[in-house]
Amino acid sequence: MTMTYDDTVMIAVEALTKSFTLHLQGATHIPVLGRMDFALSAGECAVLDGPSGAGKSTLMRCIYANYLPQQGRVLIRHDGALADITHAEPRTILDIRRRSLGYVSQFLRVIPRIPTLQLVMEPLLTLGVAEEEARTRAATLLARLRIPERMWHLPPGTFSGGEQQRVNIARVLVVDYPVLLLDEPTASLDADNRQTVVELVTEACARGAAIVGIFHDALVRDAVATRVISVTPHDRAAA
Amino acid sequence: MNKLLQVHDLTKTYGARTGCANVSFDLYPGEVLGIVGESGSGKTTLLRCLSAQLEPSAGTVAYDMRVKGLTDIWSLSEPERRMLTRTDWGIVHQNARDGLRMEVSAGANVGERLMAVGARHYGNIRTEAEDWLTKVEIDTGRIDDLPASFSGGMQQRLQIARNLVTQPRLVFMDEPTSGLDVSVQARLLDLIRTLVSRLGIACVIVTHDLGVVRLLAHRLMVMRRGQVVEQGLTDQVLDDPQHAYTQLLVSSILPV
Repeated sequence: MTMTYDDTVMIAVEALTKSFTLHLQGATHIPVLGRMDFALSAGECAVLDGPSGAGKSTLMRCIYANYLPQQGRVLIRHDGALADITHAEPRTILDIRRRSLGYVSQFLRVIPRIPTLQLVMEPLLTLGVAEEEARTRAATLLARLRIPERMWHLPPGTFSGGEQQRVNIARVLVVDYPVLLLDEPTASLDADNRQTVVELVTEACARGAAIVGIFHDALVRDAVATRVISVTPHDRAAA
Repeated sequence: MNKLLQVHDLTKTYGARTGCANVSFDLYPGEVLGIVGESGSGKTTLLRCLSAQLEPSAGTVAYDMRVKGLTDIWSLSEPERRMLTRTDWGIVHQNARDGLRMEVSAGANVGERLMAVGARHYGNIRTEAEDWLTKVEIDTGRIDDLPASFSGGMQQRLQIARNLVTQPRLVFMDEPTSGLDVSVQARLLDLIRTLVSRLGIACVIVTHDLGVVRLLAHRLMVMRRGQVVEQGLTDQVLDDPQHAYTQLLVSSILPV
C-alpha cells in the first residue's frame, strides 16, 4: 500500500518494525517496535511517550537511519520531496543528514582535539556558509546557551556533562534543519538552560521545522509538545 | 555524479587459497570507504587488487579516467597504469618506509611526485613542497633532511604529503595509523580527515581499528575469510551490526 502525503508532511513513518538479534547471546531475539505509523507536518513537535525501554530512542535512531529496521520505512522531506532514508545509499543518507535532518543525541561524540567553536561552525561550513558568518552564528548560539567565551577555543572533551550537552545542542541547532530529532536534550541541564532550550525548540517549530523529541522533564514536554506519540513495548502492543 | 571506481566480482586466489572473493562495490568522488576485518580476512589483498599492486584472478576494477571514462585498470598498458597510480591516485602504506624514498630528502620526496606530472621549475617545486610540509605540520626547516631522521609520525605525515601533492582523486590507505602511539594517531587522523574532506578526495582505508573508521569513513565493508559479510553506512554498521561476525567485532572493543 502506498500512502499519499500533502506537501506539508516532513516525516512519514510507515509500518516500522524493529527487532534486535543478538548472535553472540545464542541468537536472542528482542522485538522492539511493531508496525509503527505516523506522519508529521511542518511546525509540529511530537513528543514520544512511553516507559523506559519502550523503544523511543530506537525509533529515533531508525528515523535517523542509524538503526536498520526489519520492515517498513521512514520518509524524510529532502529537496522538496519525501526521500526513503531507510533504503537509501550511504551517500544519500549522509546528504539528507547534512542538509535536512538534524539529530541531537544523548551524548556528545566528536573528534578529539577540535575546539568547541570550530565544532559548532563545522555543519555550517560544510553547507557552504562563509567562515565569518558561520563564526558569528556559532558564537551567538554558544553565548545564548551560556557557554563562556573563554571555553570556546577548548575542545569539549573536558567539559562537564551539562556543558557538553549544550555544545551538542548548539552544533545541531546552528543549522535551520527542516527536520529535527531531539533525544533528551535537557537531561543534564539546569533550569535556565532548560528554558533556553525550550525557547530554541519553540523558535524552530515557528519557522516550520518538524520535530520529534524525547523529554523526560514534564515541564519541558508540556512547553514544546504540539502532539504526543505513544511508543509501547512491542510484546504488549501485540497482545 | 559519475562513479569514480566500479568494482565487480573481484576475486584473488593464491592457488587453492582465497584472498578475497566476489567483491563488488561502487565508489563516488569524495566518498571514504573503510574496510575492516581481522588479520587474514583478505582486506589487504583486496586493497592491493584495487590499487593496481596485485592483479586479480577474476573480476574487474574500473576507474573513471579523466579522458576515457570508466576503464578497467588491467586493460591499460603498464606505463599508463603506472602513470595513473603516480598522479591521479595516492597509496599510503602502513609502513612509511614502503611509501617514501629514504635516500632522498623530505622535499625531494614531495617534489618527485610533482615532477611525475610534468613540473620542471625548481623554485616552484620547492615552494609547493614547503607548502605541503606546512599542511601536514612538518617544520619547513626540515625540508632538506632525510626521512630517516624523522619520527614515525612525521614519516607518516610526509608520506601523506607526498601522495596528496599531485591532487589525486583517489587515495588508498593501508592501516595508516597503526604502529603510532595514540596521541600521534589522533593528530594524524584529524589531519587526514581535514585534508580528505577539504580536497574532496575519495579514499579506501583498510584498518582493523574501528575507532579509525568511525572518524574517517562514510561507509564500511566488513570482511571475513575473504568475503564481505556486511556493508553500509558507517554508524549504522557499528551501532546496529546485523552479522554475527560484525557483532563480535563491535563488542570486542575495549572501553576506555
